[in-house]
Amino acid sequence: MSAAATPERSELEVRGLRKEFAVGGGLFTRERVHAVDDVSFTLKPGRVTALVGESGSGKSTVARLLLRLYEPSGGSVLYDGRDITSNRGRGATLDYRSKVQMIFQDPFDSLNPVKTIHHHLARPLAVHKIVPGKKIDERVNELLDTVGLVPPEKFAAKYPHELSGGQRQRVSIARALAVEPTVVVADEPTSMLDVSIRIGILNLILELKEQHGLAFLYVTHDLASARYVADDVLVMYAGQIVEQGPIDDVLESPRHPYTQLLLSAVPDPSLEAEARVELSTGQQTAAIDPTAGCRFRARCPLAIQICGEVTPQLVDQGGGRAARCHVTAPA
Amino acid sequence: MTVSLIDTPGSTGSARSSETLIEVRGLRVEYGIERPVRAVDGVDLDIRAGEIVGLAGESGCGKTTVANAILQVLRPPGHIVGGSIRFRGQEIAGLDEESLRKFRWRNVSMVFQSAMNALNPVLRVGAQFVDMMQAHERISKKDALKRAGDLLEIVGIDRRRVDSYPHQLSGGMRQRVIIAMALALEPELVIMDEPTTALDVVIQREILQQIQDLQRERGFAVLFITHDLSLLMEVADRIAIMYAGEAVELSAASELRTNPQHPYTVGLIESFPPLTGPRMRLTGIPGTPPDLGEPQVGCRFKARCPYHDPNDAKLYDRQNTERPVLREIAPAHFVACHRVEAGT
Repeated sequence: MSAAATPERSELEVRGLRKEFAVGGGLFTRERVHAVDDVSFTLKPGRVTALVGESGSGKSTVARLLLRLYEPSGGSVLYDGRDITSNRGRGATLDYRSKVQMIFQDPFDSLNPVKTIHHHLARPLAVHKIVPGKKIDERVNELLDTVGLVPPEKFAAKYPHELSGGQRQRVSIARALAVEPTVVVADEPTSMLDVSIRIGILNLILELKEQHGLAFLYVTHDLASARYVADDVLVMYAGQIVEQGPIDDVLESPRHPYTQLLLSAVPDPSLEAEARVELSTGQQTAAIDPTAGCRFRARCPLAIQICGEVTPQLVDQGGGRAARCHVTAPA
Repeated sequence: MTVSLIDTPGSTGSARSSETLIEVRGLRVEYGIERPVRAVDGVDLDIRAGEIVGLAGESGCGKTTVANAILQVLRPPGHIVGGSIRFRGQEIAGLDEESLRKFRWRNVSMVFQSAMNALNPVLRVGAQFVDMMQAHERISKKDALKRAGDLLEIVGIDRRRVDSYPHQLSGGMRQRVIIAMALALEPELVIMDEPTTALDVVIQREILQQIQDLQRERGFAVLFITHDLSLLMEVADRIAIMYAGEAVELSAASELRTNPQHPYTVGLIESFPPLTGPRMRLTGIPGTPPDLGEPQVGCRFKARCPYHDPNDAKLYDRQNTERPVLREIAPAHFVACHRVEAGT
């Protein structure tokens, strides 16, 4: 797969993605966690898709599968219509990785403390041969400018420790943009930052989406920030997508009881305490060798007999929406 | 120079009692000797019996330092350089270790920021309760274990969990164990420093609910510290907003929600995208807090303030030269801002 220039921005499509990890168990009875199970979605240019769930829901595993940091146990990831999970060669992988970039949670860990900001941005430009050697400095300055680190010459000469958390996260974003990706996966990019500068990073994501037509997967546990940046939402529970659709519609009238639970748990000072929906809560459990049935049933106030017997499927609800629930979205 | 947060009775939502438990006056705390950083600079704060006081602000604003100073657990190079902290009228800054040992847990207890890791990993939960109780009173191991079980039940954990090791508990359960411990000696004030920050949103909701229920039943006061203002507005009776070592606004939570005055408070509120209502582009607060290792002149927020404008020469000059002090702009609503004071 050579770097053939495509006239249009490409889509990233995930079909029936599955990832299992072996845990504990004996020599012959390996138990397996179904960390990601039957996950399908499409990332479109110029749209931000939020992937929302609690810790352990499998959302970060999905992000890592997209980046090819893990090999999937099943399913496919299609970029430009081609299945990238079958790529084995370094060249093809390098090419794919330049098209799909990641912004990590911790801007303190993801930069090299002994290298200048210039180095962090110049290196991907050189490795992926994005611009000729002479043009690298110019491009580095452009990138810093794009992420709002001005004057760029001043920031290029600095070391990571001289920057604040928000500025470091902007460097991480500039580095991701250096290789001219079409898809950017942002895994909780603001959770380590101070509240007053989080909005700045979210606004940058919105600008990049609008001005560069990038496709974003925004991985978060924070529904309010998801609503702020995203067009679409995928709600994950115990490895499966339980609800998906345009985010305004989903938050306005959630179909899955888990989405309702998540929504009611968000602190919202404008809501009086009495207005909250009381839902049985409890813990999400990892899907270790799951039996048939709905994975949410133990916490679900609506559970009926079939929920313990048949695994619900994602059922189309019209309007681009789908939900996985026997009760509220029957097949 | 100190600012005054002295409030009038009746300003809280749950005016159970107007008896003042903690009275902080002109508190100043520095880190380091050679080039000291003044993390807290002239803070006054009252906490009355049975109320939940919220302390909010960005990292580095001094909110955790205030809490540590109240409990006298500042670690070198942190030290109090001025002001007083009284508990029921008695000065606690400078108490000897033995008196402090009695004061902590029994009068004031604390749920720390990293409470998830605050339990000893090699001791069973019950043993940790026994240790703590036996350090404060003469109680047999059997009685202490029984009380530990009772306390676990209060926070919704099966009493048999006294036999568990911390790693056998989930994050939310560990946090509940810590809260149960903090309540063990029935203190009058529990300081909670980001008690739910590390938890998932659903568990956070459960723990908050539990804290509020327990607080109503047992009537202890809470100093609740967090950067999450939207959460604080739900749980607190009164809220103090800190910025760069100072308290810049103090009022009842409901008043702060509907009528925030300090531009920093307004910026903080607008840093949280709403979950309902129309979608609009927010700005947050551009810039970063000042370096507290440098001497501070005038208003500390001026570099980030949308109203710091040379065209308004009179205000601009005041912001540059004079430190704003807290003034009562409405009953029990205090703001430290030259612009608010000038009424422009």
